[in-house]
Amino acid sequence: MISQFFVLSQRGDHIVFRDYRGEVPKGSAEIFFRKVKFWNDDEAEEAPPVFNVDGVNYIHVKVAGLFFVVTTMVNVSPSLLLELLQRIARVTKDYLGVLNEDSLRKNFILVYELLDEVIDFGYPQTTSTEVLKSYIFNEPIMVDAGRLPPLGPAAMFMQGTKRMPGTAVTKSVVANEPGGKKREEIFVDIIERISVTFSSSGYILTSEIDGTIQMKSYLTGNPEIRLALNEDLTIGRTGSSSYDYRSSSGGGEVILDDCNFHESVHLDSFDIDRTLTLIPPDGEFAVMNYRMTQEFKPPFRVTALIEEAGPSRAEVLLKIRADFSANVTANTITVQMPVPSYTMRASFELEAGAVGQTTDFKEGSRRLEWNLKKIVGGSEHTLRAKLTFSQESHGNLTKEAGPVNMNFTIPMYNASKLQVRYLQIAKKSKTYNPYRWVRYVTQANSYVARL
Amino acid sequence: MAPTVPSAAKSASPSQPSGKSEVADLKQQLRQLAGSRAPDADDQRRDVFKRVISCMTAGIDVSAAFGEMVLCSATSDVVTKKMCYLYVGAHARAHPDLALLTINFLQRDCRDQDPTIRGLALRSLCSLRVPNLVEYLVTPLATGLKDPSAYVRMIAAVGAAKLYHISATACIDADLPASLKALMLSDPDAQVVANCLHALQEIWTLEAANSEAAAREIETLYSKPVVFYLLNKIKEFSEWAQCHVLELASKFLPSDNNEIFDIMNLLEDRLQHANGAVVLSTIKVFLHLTMSMTDVHQQVYERIKAPLLTLVGAGSPEQSYSVLCHLHLLVMRAPMLFSSDYKSFYCQFSDPSYVKKLKLEMLTAIANESNTYEIVTELCEYAGNVDVPIARESIRAVGKIALQQYDVNAIVDRLLQFLEMDKDYVTAETLVLVKDLLRKYPQWSHDCIAVVGNISSKNIQEPKGKAALIWMLGEYSQDMHDAPYVLESLVENWDEEHSPEVRLHLLTAVMKCFFKRPPETQKALGATLAAGLSDTHQDVHDRALFYYRLLQYDPAVAERVVNPPKQAVSVFADTQSSEMKDRIFDEFNSLSVVYQKPSYMFTDKEHRGPFEYSEDLTNLAVGAEAPENVISAQRYQENDNDLLLSTSDKEDNGTRASNGSSTSTYNAPSDLIGLSSQTPAETSLINTGGPTYSSQSNFSLDDLLGLGVTEAPAPPPPPALTLNSKPVLDPGTFQRKWGQLALALTQECSLSPQGAASLMNPQSLIRHMQSNHIQCIASGGHPPNYKFFFYAQKDGATAFFLVECIVNTASAKAQLKIKADDGTAAEAFSALFQSALSKFGLS
Repeated sequence: MISQFFVLSQRGDHIVFRDYRGEVPKGSAEIFFRKVKFWNDDEAEEAPPVFNVDGVNYIHVKVAGLFFVVTTMVNVSPSLLLELLQRIARVTKDYLGVLNEDSLRKNFILVYELLDEVIDFGYPQTTSTEVLKSYIFNEPIMVDAGRLPPLGPAAMFMQGTKRMPGTAVTKSVVANEPGGKKREEIFVDIIERISVTFSSSGYILTSEIDGTIQMKSYLTGNPEIRLALNEDLTIGRTGSSSYDYRSSSGGGEVILDDCNFHESVHLDSFDIDRTLTLIPPDGEFAVMNYRMTQEFKPPFRVTALIEEAGPSRAEVLLKIRADFSANVTANTITVQMPVPSYTMRASFELEAGAVGQTTDFKEGSRRLEWNLKKIVGGSEHTLRAKLTFSQESHGNLTKEAGPVNMNFTIPMYNASKLQVRYLQIAKKSKTYNPYRWVRYVTQANSYVARL
Repeated sequence: MAPTVPSAAKSASPSQPSGKSEVADLKQQLRQLAGSRAPDADDQRRDVFKRVISCMTAGIDVSAAFGEMVLCSATSDVVTKKMCYLYVGAHARAHPDLALLTINFLQRDCRDQDPTIRGLALRSLCSLRVPNLVEYLVTPLATGLKDPSAYVRMIAAVGAAKLYHISATACIDADLPASLKALMLSDPDAQVVANCLHALQEIWTLEAANSEAAAREIETLYSKPVVFYLLNKIKEFSEWAQCHVLELASKFLPSDNNEIFDIMNLLEDRLQHANGAVVLSTIKVFLHLTMSMTDVHQQVYERIKAPLLTLVGAGSPEQSYSVLCHLHLLVMRAPMLFSSDYKSFYCQFSDPSYVKKLKLEMLTAIANESNTYEIVTELCEYAGNVDVPIARESIRAVGKIALQQYDVNAIVDRLLQFLEMDKDYVTAETLVLVKDLLRKYPQWSHDCIAVVGNISSKNIQEPKGKAALIWMLGEYSQDMHDAPYVLESLVENWDEEHSPEVRLHLLTAVMKCFFKRPPETQKALGATLAAGLSDTHQDVHDRALFYYRLLQYDPAVAERVVNPPKQAVSVFADTQSSEMKDRIFDEFNSLSVVYQKPSYMFTDKEHRGPFEYSEDLTNLAVGAEAPENVISAQRYQENDNDLLLSTSDKEDNGTRASNGSSTSTYNAPSDLIGLSSQTPAETSLINTGGPTYSSQSNFSLDDLLGLGVTEAPAPPPPPALTLNSKPVLDPGTFQRKWGQLALALTQECSLSPQGAASLMNPQSLIRHMQSNHIQCIASGGHPPNYKFFFYAQKDGATAFFLVECIVNTASAKAQLKIKADDGTAAEAFSALFQSALSKFGLS
């Protein structure tokens, strides 16, 4: 039973505030905001998503820099509320096209309308964009997506590549195109977040892929869709330990540890030919989530060295090699390396002819930061840095520095080799031929190289 | 209720409208628009309404515009209508009379052709929460439950629950629960069914406090026909309603194993749901159903591992935290089952620290012979982490693993390597661990001592680490060559040592060292005892004095006391009781798991702000045994009698009787004051011994008898407080007073264990308090939480004391909120009340 729902800006302003049961004392939004801002001042810890202040439970998620919060007085399922908050954010995004402070402020009446239908007296009712359509009367007021920093996983397609219609993903499910006619199209995104840890000798200690097949449909009349995956896809690893790596001699075989599916997915023929059948609801949703610990080829090799160079000096060498095909380009790459706490200065030396690369020494957090706009497959990049210490080092520099962490996005690349073989839309007529976009992207979740 | 937040918020944002002028302006515009027939009036109205809602959201008090809003409410524009409903719903409570004006158009809309409008109007009508409008609610609700549109029925079902909160009797009298039940078992629309279930659970749970019939009705909700009916429809429900039905199913008691397997087979595919809440609800059903079947229960663990791990990776960071909390609970219950999945619990770079902490605990729990090497290697990597709290936790985790393993050889080496890292917090944490390790495995002392001996105490700033080092210096002073000299140098800096804990350890360590190496330590010992005796910290001073006297009495005895041969500690105590853990497990898929506390420790169903108080009163059982009207009638009679009685009669009834209990308590504090005034002499006492000791023992004896209110700050001797034995206060006045008076005192006190145990129903305590001239006006709750409202009256005065008392029988604690007409007497009354409460169950 939810008592209140509210959305706060980063500064703590109320953007929407809805009280469903009138049982939480006044000022809850302020109490929440203060608690989150000053969770643990000394240790700079982040507030957990669920906490209790004076008998009131506050559950929140952060979406697009905003706090989506519910309060409750009873012992409810935190997962349900967290999931619901994400869903409210997603439904709002479906309606507004873009979810951010500006679009929410402009459309707050519409959001109230949504909230009225999504929750009644604290009980979740429906979060289906489609069902809600018949009860929402406000027209969304569009904000210009171009000016805004890209948000959400779909936004990454907008950078670099011209293959994608940039505005499509920020389109409201209810708004019409300028021509008055809706463009019939469907987006299927295979988004993979990879976690790899390299030991100091370059050996892979752990690796995992968390993947999502995400769909956003703008098709009218809800036609049935068939989504075919790799025929040799295997689900569930054999053997008791999920980590006894088999040598990947089996070629292209994809073995998922486990997966789950959206409510609308029918698995009738999944066991036979690995096809998913579904009637996609309106808006954005995850068709399937999967997890894979099978060994895969990491897209980047990272080498990091730190060596003493005199009594209070050291030299750092960072090297990245892109182990993927030359027609794929990774973008927005960041490499971070913590250095000893007594580091005073760092001077950098980029490779000759480096383009679109910046370096920085973050004094507060004692980190080296190396940003690269893009890396083309097959290429290799190095950075040298000279560190100056305020005192003599204690000898074991490798224990004082690192590990190196890397962030990146690689469009049109997927580490797992999971493929959408085809996307079939049940035809309503001969001329019906909606646009289909199948897109792949790989992001770093935790890409760490130890020293 | 709605966006009525203190206006403090508005100052935060200059972009948002603020202030009174804005409201006045809005009122003005609304008034102009009220009668306007202008073609664009609808658009204008929309805009003004929008501004009103915007102000409301920002926390500005716009209730002053209520009348104007109502005047403008007659509109056919749905968007405007909705804004108006939102506004009215938020402010109707404060303007019950004006709210009446909205009834008309809401009722008319309830009969609109369009089901959307009907539903909307009905929802708003039920959300007004104004008691005097209840009569207008019942008919539309009853009609709504029979509406041809599922949308309207779904709203009506929740509306019934709303009505119950406004007026329980109206809801029950109209027989709405029966209609809800019929609808729940027959309606073709799944959301209607779900809402009926919500409403029935809420109504019957509250009603069960008063009526056995309702309690039986709740039982039927958990019965086989209802549970199976709902489970068979499970796929028709929305994800959220599925969770609710699954929660219901988890409380179902199957009669045989076939039923269990039927349910599990039916729900098997729910474990593959992308919604984490559905998966966790399903897991709860599986876990609870198989509690008594050990092998199947274990299979369930194996089955749910993969879906849970997938959820951790798939969802938002917040969701994955919640799922991890549940995994944490399962891992702690059955670590062996997860021992091969240890890599899943390695910390990731992007994990926030609250996630890392959970993972470290899980890694610690699942470490066994086969994976310890890998886990400890991984943890050692974290020890150098830039995130210092996590680095500390990691070191502690290594230590804990060492403590639970038999083969600690390799781990000790790792720990000792930490000391070489030369980071102060790493050293401090490691020293604490090495100390604990030595207490359990004294055989490792040689290896450890060799390394620890090289650490300079000057490099350690943290009290815990320093204390650990000092402990080792004392304990192993015969093996550490320069122990006496290190200790001596520490004693020299006694005054700079700010932590009493370190000074205490230093005292003891020097003593121990003295018995092992007397000639080298003698000088240091003298200095230590001198420093200890003049220490300002009480414990340090007392311990120094104790050692000093012990040494004076007989050094041999002193050695036996301070330095006896030690036994290795076999098991360090677990902080959480297994009973507590079981309770949390019972509450799987709830906040209890995230907080790692059973729900009674953080929720209290009766706990509401003062705002909601009036509702509490009407819902709770009034008085002791008799129904409400009888009691109040009696009271009124008594009231009349009272007025007629002469003063002397009153005295007879009241004062004498109450004196018995109250005076004895209230003399106690003055006794205390008498004693404590002797404190300056205390130091001399100790040397003289004899007579003063006896007075001290008297004092503690008093204390033991429970007469002294030691907690109370010593006030100037208060006037003896006596209570009127037959005070009269009707519930209405009580409510008003409770609302008006400021809180005089809040206090927590304890019940006697016997009292807590005997509190099976509110009546027993009510009677007990009555015998102490404290009357109960309302009570309620279920074990272990009860809530009472008491009142009492100062004898011979009109001043009342009002008390809200929340008792938790599990912890034997009571929380008091006291309000008083005469605030100066509140302290005295509180003491009296607590004394009466503490005697409950003892007689």
